[in-house]
Amino acid sequence: MDCYTANWNPLGDSAFYRKYELYSMDWDLKEELRDCLVAAAPYGGPIALLRNPWRKEKAASVRPVLDIYSASGMPLASLLWKSGPVVSLGWSAEEELLCVQEDGAVLVYGLHGDFRRHFSMGNEVLQNRVLDARIFHTEFGSGVAILTGAHRFTLSANVGDLKLRRMPEVPGLQSAPSCWTALCQDRVAHILLAVGPDLYLLDHAACSAVTPPGLAPGVSSFLQMAVSFTYRHLALFTDTGYIWMGTASLKEKLCEFNCNIRAPPKQMVWCSRPRSKERAVVVAWERRLMVVGDAPESIQFVLDEDSYLVPELDGVRIFSHSTHEFLHEVPAASEEIFKIASMAPGALLLEAQKEYEKESQKADEYLREIQELGQLTQAVQQCIEAAGHEHQPDMQKSLLRAASFGKCFLDRFPPDSFVHMCQDLRVLNAVRDYHIGIPLTYSQYKQLTIQVLLDRLVLRRLYPLAIQICEYLRLPEVQGVSRILAHWACYKVQQKDVSDEDVARAINQKLGDTPGVSYSDIAARAYGCGRTELAIKLLEYEPRSGEQVPLLLKMKRSKLALSKAIESGDTDLVFTVLLHLKNELNRGDFFMTLRNQPMALSLYRQFCKHQELETLKDLYNQDDNHQELGSFHIRASYAAEERIEGRVAALQTAADAFYKAKNEFAAKATEDQMRLLRLQRRLEDELGGQFLDLSLHDTVTTLILGGHNKRAEQLARDFRIPDKRLWWLKLTALADLEDWEELEKFSKSKKSPIGYLPFVEICMKQHNKYEAKKYASRVGPEQKVKALLLVGDVAQAADVAIEHRNEAELSLVLSHCTGATDGATADKIQRARAQAQKK
Amino acid sequence: MAFPHRPDAPELPDFSMLKRLARDQLIYLLEQQHEVDKLYKVENKPALSSSEQLCFLVRPRIKNMRYIASLVNADKLAGRTRKYKVIFSPQKFYACEMVLEEEGIYGDVSCDEWAFSLLPLDVDLLSMELPEFFRDYFLEGDQRWINTVAQALHLLSTLYGPFPNCYGIGRCAKMAYELWRNLEEEEDGETKGRRPEIGHIFLLDRDVDFVTALCSQVVYEGLVDDTFRIKCGSVDFGPEVTSCDKSLKVLLNAEDKVFNEIRNEHFSNVFGFLSQKARNLQAQYDRRRGMDIKQMKNFVSQELKGLKQEHRLLSLHIGACESIMKKKTKQDFQELIKTEHALLEGFNIRESTSYIEEHIDRQVSPIESLRLMCLLSITENGLIPKDYRSLKTQYLQSYGPEHLLTFSNLRRAGLLTEQAPGDTLTAVESKVSKLVTDKAAGKITDAFSSLAKRSNFRAISKKLNLIPRVDGEYDLKVPRDMAYVFSGAYVPLSCRIIEQVLERRSWQGLDEVVRLLNCSDFAFTDMTKEDKASSESLRLILVVFLGGCTFSEISALRFLGREKGYRFIFLTTAVTNSARLMEAMSEVKA
Repeated sequence: MDCYTANWNPLGDSAFYRKYELYSMDWDLKEELRDCLVAAAPYGGPIALLRNPWRKEKAASVRPVLDIYSASGMPLASLLWKSGPVVSLGWSAEEELLCVQEDGAVLVYGLHGDFRRHFSMGNEVLQNRVLDARIFHTEFGSGVAILTGAHRFTLSANVGDLKLRRMPEVPGLQSAPSCWTALCQDRVAHILLAVGPDLYLLDHAACSAVTPPGLAPGVSSFLQMAVSFTYRHLALFTDTGYIWMGTASLKEKLCEFNCNIRAPPKQMVWCSRPRSKERAVVVAWERRLMVVGDAPESIQFVLDEDSYLVPELDGVRIFSHSTHEFLHEVPAASEEIFKIASMAPGALLLEAQKEYEKESQKADEYLREIQELGQLTQAVQQCIEAAGHEHQPDMQKSLLRAASFGKCFLDRFPPDSFVHMCQDLRVLNAVRDYHIGIPLTYSQYKQLTIQVLLDRLVLRRLYPLAIQICEYLRLPEVQGVSRILAHWACYKVQQKDVSDEDVARAINQKLGDTPGVSYSDIAARAYGCGRTELAIKLLEYEPRSGEQVPLLLKMKRSKLALSKAIESGDTDLVFTVLLHLKNELNRGDFFMTLRNQPMALSLYRQFCKHQELETLKDLYNQDDNHQELGSFHIRASYAAEERIEGRVAALQTAADAFYKAKNEFAAKATEDQMRLLRLQRRLEDELGGQFLDLSLHDTVTTLILGGHNKRAEQLARDFRIPDKRLWWLKLTALADLEDWEELEKFSKSKKSPIGYLPFVEICMKQHNKYEAKKYASRVGPEQKVKALLLVGDVAQAADVAIEHRNEAELSLVLSHCTGATDGATADKIQRARAQAQKK
Repeated sequence: MAFPHRPDAPELPDFSMLKRLARDQLIYLLEQQHEVDKLYKVENKPALSSSEQLCFLVRPRIKNMRYIASLVNADKLAGRTRKYKVIFSPQKFYACEMVLEEEGIYGDVSCDEWAFSLLPLDVDLLSMELPEFFRDYFLEGDQRWINTVAQALHLLSTLYGPFPNCYGIGRCAKMAYELWRNLEEEEDGETKGRRPEIGHIFLLDRDVDFVTALCSQVVYEGLVDDTFRIKCGSVDFGPEVTSCDKSLKVLLNAEDKVFNEIRNEHFSNVFGFLSQKARNLQAQYDRRRGMDIKQMKNFVSQELKGLKQEHRLLSLHIGACESIMKKKTKQDFQELIKTEHALLEGFNIRESTSYIEEHIDRQVSPIESLRLMCLLSITENGLIPKDYRSLKTQYLQSYGPEHLLTFSNLRRAGLLTEQAPGDTLTAVESKVSKLVTDKAAGKITDAFSSLAKRSNFRAISKKLNLIPRVDGEYDLKVPRDMAYVFSGAYVPLSCRIIEQVLERRSWQGLDEVVRLLNCSDFAFTDMTKEDKASSESLRLILVVFLGGCTFSEISALRFLGREKGYRFIFLTTAVTNSARLMEAMSEVKA
């Protein structure tokens, strides 16, 4: 075990720091790091190098090269820099490379050197040039802070949503500050800068001088400052070789250290773990690396090569020409287990497991010792936790084996933590692999979350690995596999050398109908790359027609969009497309399109019926739909027109249309209506009263009721009212008038075409039994019984029924026999029935 | 009497959840966001409220949008500034927003949606309360509500589990079914693994069976609907029923013990039942005599209230019956029914035609006359040209020339057509398919054939044995088949189709019927081979009527359920009857 802690360096009494190698770098650097602009993204992100920067003032004819490598030094991209001089490089939270140019333009590149976009930091920056720039990370995203040639600061807290802020002036600032940094506190970005012995804090409103509490006297200048990963702590390096460490709010001092080196350090970064009490700063000079904290002694390393520090959440990465190392505080669990002569339960458990493998009885002794103290659960937990912090798979395995061994002696140890740790380590080991080159620690991984890690793998186009991880972790398809496949497809459509056919087929083969994959999103990407045909092909695979429509509209394939919308059955969508088409096409084309789509047409007609009557007419006209056109004008004659002349004119148009539609019936009916309207108008003029808009029947009735019998007759003749109707009409009207005399005259005018039963009925309705009886006698034989029953003459009805020998009539009469009065009649019928049956 | 369910009949799911869901959402929309204090009905008149904020709860119709626009614009003219909120139920349509925009008030109003699509009217009856569905879809060809139906089905399946067996017939049924399936697929996993509570779902278009809906109803509930019009499960009984000078609004559902026992009965039995009931009630009241003080106390505290309640309901229904009797048992009604039966059976067509003619000549009722004409047309596969013209002429003379448009509507919906040699239809079809070459072509010809299709009623009737053979009197007290809902003269076509399909568990063997119904492409079966469905759930059947169903159909299926040990649940776009169908097709002067 002794050798295992060999690389542990104590800092003070309570903490150990260790440095181990992540990778030996594979890159083939031609230049020294110090000659390059360097940017390395946190969370094991990529490294960007811009060689041959302008400050060396070499021959301007040589264009510099921008190289991007993975953390293990695998080349990801290399491109010739053709734009202006670059002052600073930095990675955004989305792993996009931001290149700040001297003129204040910021060029954004992807991981693979693909140009994404650019933005400017404003006119003021353009005029005064950029002196220095920093890219920093906030909870909103990534920010850019710029120091201009006029010694003013401009910053944007989030480049995704660019809002430029010009910071207030520092009074009396004549030269560039000796050092400065961007701070992020209470969700607001500040600038802290040092000018000589003074420190200033710039916020949006003001510039205030600040003094770190407990700062040693005699400082005439600050050479370097460092903010911790979480913006909670600040370290200052002075020209006296003194380091002040405190909170970033400058309210509290944590510790101080005097290293007695007056040379300005090349880099200074914080090295601390989340939830650890230890604070330490790593300071790098040309050939020396020093870890200082709250201890009288520091840890010193010698740097063989030109190195670069990358602050991480829980340590510092150090890369150089040949190696990539990680320096961090040894986590508590590992310390407990591996510290020399540790008696912690985890340490004992690890020992016990080792002895057990050697088949030694000592295993039992160790185990008993833990169990006696009742610390087995704790021991297992320690081993699991420590495994997470180990970089070497061998050590991870032996710790996990120990945990698993200990678990056997526990009754109810929840398996989750063990299982999850195994899974997490498997994922971590996979992405730490040399070829992938994402050296994440367990803490970083947990902070980053699996979703972000998957995004980063996708960003690196490591689709197979990402899918394997999803499948291994059994992530829901929508979050996992399908999302990655969709990304893959979006990448695939950008391969311009492959034909549309092949790309579409390849994508469909891989994706099939995986749930959660949106073909329309992929198609949108294809369209974005200018491959409209491919986009249409891809849309064919989209099962939800509704999803295809918006993109088709965007691609100006409105007619296709219309048929897709119709297919989707979503009328609302159809409508959206329709109005789009209406604005896009000229009227004629629009109508032609509608003509081929009956469903859309009926929808549009509906809309027009309420909103655009004239358009509706045009639609029918263009279709030569005379039938509907006729109906349209009929409707207009009731709704739109007030004056009689207008209404008649509308009806005339309607009648013409009906003729064209070969609908003689409707045409004739309409013409009759025109005649009737004119006549009604005349009647109103001559007789007064209300006639307009009555039906023909009602018009005649009104005339009779008003005593204008002659007119009524005339009208009936003119409009050829059938006899039957006329008789019904007159009968009802006269009965309503209770003009019994006239009714009788009328009944005798000729033989009634409707028989005389209606006369009986109507008289009874007016409760005139006397009149009813008159007509009952005239009713024909088939209806005689009914008539007699109506007037209440049951006895006679019975006689007639018996005479007719009609069974149905007999039972009808019988059902009318009520109470004692008709008793005799009932008997008579029964007798007749009996007789009939005998025969 | 009154169908007591078989002891093994399955329990119905609890639909009150739907009500709670909708209520909570509405309360949230109204109170949390808008602090409503008073509700007004949307009518075409200026709003008198003086409040700072107006909130409209409306169906997404263009007419309503114009009304709102007129209000807002009037306020603008008067220099008033108010906040306006429009809540669309069940959903917002783009066309509505368009109108708001065209009227220039889009920026003044804010919009919300209240996704309330299923109103449980009774323990086994869910209504979407979309009477406009019928006209919109079957006349105007507007498919906007189909999505709403699909969403309602989706809601049901999320609440009550998936439906293992699905059947359907009709163009709209198929579209709704497919849209619904898409929704389920999109939100995969939600219903997966749930035990189905309802074993079967059957979707049916109203135009598959217009005949049943056009017949006069003679089952008590249907008759009450025909006479007094049941609205949202309640009816206004006027003074002639309540025998006092006030109208009374009465809820008609299974809660009403008296009604629940007579609702499915043929009207001829109802009176007898009610008088029996009255006697029983009296007997229960009479028990008081000879009670000692303790028993009396018990009686007053426990039974009296229930008895009084029952008494009140009983007198209401007796009043309703009297009123119906007065209207319906007259000679005319008997003859009307006789004519209907003759039409259904297909004999004495000439006599029936002249009866209809007389009906029109006497101006009995525009809606009734229209109904009879349609019934004649459908049962006879269209009117012969001479009758078609003369009946229409008579009708126009009697009821006004604007009905020329009504006839054009009825013709389009296939309700009132002219017998014609078959070539006219095919001519239109071939013309259309020449015009359109893409996928949609099939759909269009389908659309045409569905709109102008022949009814083939006579042949279907024979195939499905819809007219029962009468040997002797049909005993309406002890019905032997579903025909009892039409006095034993006719088994409702829609119900017979459902019965047959459920029996076969598919459309197998019904090909000829399906062809005659012109639904060859629109009859579908979809069964999932899952054994998770309990035998209990497999006897629960959800029947979805697209375009409305009548109380007679509900009664007939309740009867079928009792016979076979099923229970039916009804989902309809609205409860309808012949008058409502005819009114939906009528053009009335504005």
